[in-house]
Amino acid sequence: MSTDTGPAIELRGASKIFKTPSGGLHTAVRELDLTVGRGEFVAVVGPTGCGKSTTLTLVSGLEEPTEGEVLVAGEPVAGVGDKVGFVFQQDATFPWRTVLSNVMAGPRFRGVPKAEAKKRAREWLARVGLAAFEDRYPHQLSGGQRKRVALAATFVNDPEILLMDEPFSALDVQTRALMSDELLELWEGTGASVVFVTHDLEESIALADKVVVMTAGPATVKQVFDIDLPRPRKVESVRLEPRFIEIYREIWESLGEEVRITRERGAAHVA
Amino acid sequence: MSPEVLGAPAVDTAKVSGRAHSRARAARRRKLVVGAARVLLLVVVLGLWEALSRAEVIDPFNFSMPSKIWEQIQTWVLHGTALGPLGEQIWYTLHEALLGWVIGVVAGVVFGIALGRITLLADVLGPYIKVLNSIPRIVLAPIFVIWFGLGPASKVASAVVLVFFPVFFNAFQGAREVDRNLVANARILGASDRRVTLQVVIPSATSWIFTSLHVSFGFALIGAIVGEYIGATKGVGLLVAQSQGTFNAAGVYAAMVILAVVALLAEGLLTFGERRIFRWKPSESDR
Repeated sequence: MSTDTGPAIELRGASKIFKTPSGGLHTAVRELDLTVGRGEFVAVVGPTGCGKSTTLTLVSGLEEPTEGEVLVAGEPVAGVGDKVGFVFQQDATFPWRTVLSNVMAGPRFRGVPKAEAKKRAREWLARVGLAAFEDRYPHQLSGGQRKRVALAATFVNDPEILLMDEPFSALDVQTRALMSDELLELWEGTGASVVFVTHDLEESIALADKVVVMTAGPATVKQVFDIDLPRPRKVESVRLEPRFIEIYREIWESLGEEVRITRERGAAHVA
Repeated sequence: MSPEVLGAPAVDTAKVSGRAHSRARAARRRKLVVGAARVLLLVVVLGLWEALSRAEVIDPFNFSMPSKIWEQIQTWVLHGTALGPLGEQIWYTLHEALLGWVIGVVAGVVFGIALGRITLLADVLGPYIKVLNSIPRIVLAPIFVIWFGLGPASKVASAVVLVFFPVFFNAFQGAREVDRNLVANARILGASDRRVTLQVVIPSATSWIFTSLHVSFGFALIGAIVGEYIGATKGVGLLVAQSQGTFNAAGVYAAMVILAVVALLAEGLLTFGERRIFRWKPSESDR
């Protein structure tokens, strides 16, 4: 296939305008240009509520762009494709299914026979360290364990493209660092292209090859930074390296301005 | 074992177990107090009723008295009712109520989920359902007797119309309030629309639906009884009508007691089934 050498994801002048319940129009993202190479880990950072998540829903096919184009593997996105995995910010495990059944859901939805699905689900549960928990229901697990179930349920589908919407934001700091390391390990074996949305700059630098800074809403790309920290990385030690701090300062100069704008707007709203 | 023996060793573990012990004892005592108070309340109410009625402070002809009601139930159980054996009447009513309940629940769930999932259908049918719901449906019972005759069909029909709406509205609401994240997640994982409905929407609507099942079984009984009361050949409702016709107040109360017992048993069965289905839910003590 000729498209194999092209970028994994391409957004060309993509805009998304939502109708608000009161009948007004809300522009979530505007004229977004973004390219994600194959196997690349891209982190998208921006002020809270600027429309970062919308970028992911456009790539996933859950929403269509109002204007512009979204291409995955060179093809325009039309509905939810089978190349994409999505880890949501909130808990999206099915509470009425056991852990094993949750991880089997993806393959089963895609028509994989039950025995095969079970085998693959068990493999991934072992990889995220939950093999002993396969008969539990999600409410019997901790927040971190539920996130692991979500990761296993996503990875079991072998996604070429992995979209993550602040996946670890609900976890405590230590669990978050642990999960970030586990994510890097899992990802390094798959060669998937990742778009990781976060408002945490440290997290984004520690994880990504490329950090994309978004403007205050309506979001568009402000600046792109390459992260030249060597892999494999451990998120807790990498953030102490001088190069990390240098990069952090550089990006914060760009991001901090947008955060300030968002804050001022928020203050104006309150007043 | 006396409390002194338990309290004597000054070791920490003994203290802890001693405290746990006294806490358990306090809990047991509370349970006992609540139970005793309940029985006492019942005895007082029934006793007062009996006494006032015997003293003719309240009219025994209109209000009857517990002992007479008990006698009436005994006669019905031992010698059968004027319509035949008591069991047959109960079975008749229960059969109509159950049939009406099942039909009403199935229809309510199917329509509720369908309208909850298909917005166009909901927009088209919405106003009509509101209008139908605002009709006091109990007045349909006489019409059903005209349409379907004195047999069970007319009672089943009135049970169905009473059951349908609460179940429908709950299923509809349940389908509408499905966590959007779960639906998005299922779609990303590869679920078709049909799969989303069957494996995401319906399971998450079940707790809504079950809430309505409890209420609606009571409605099914009401439907069957009212239907029988208006015109029937058998059933507890007819028993009420007959007792009323012969100015037998005790008979009316006795039928009420029987119905209450039946309804409580059904409720117990339903709760049992619910516990089995909702094993995935955190029990209240977990949280």
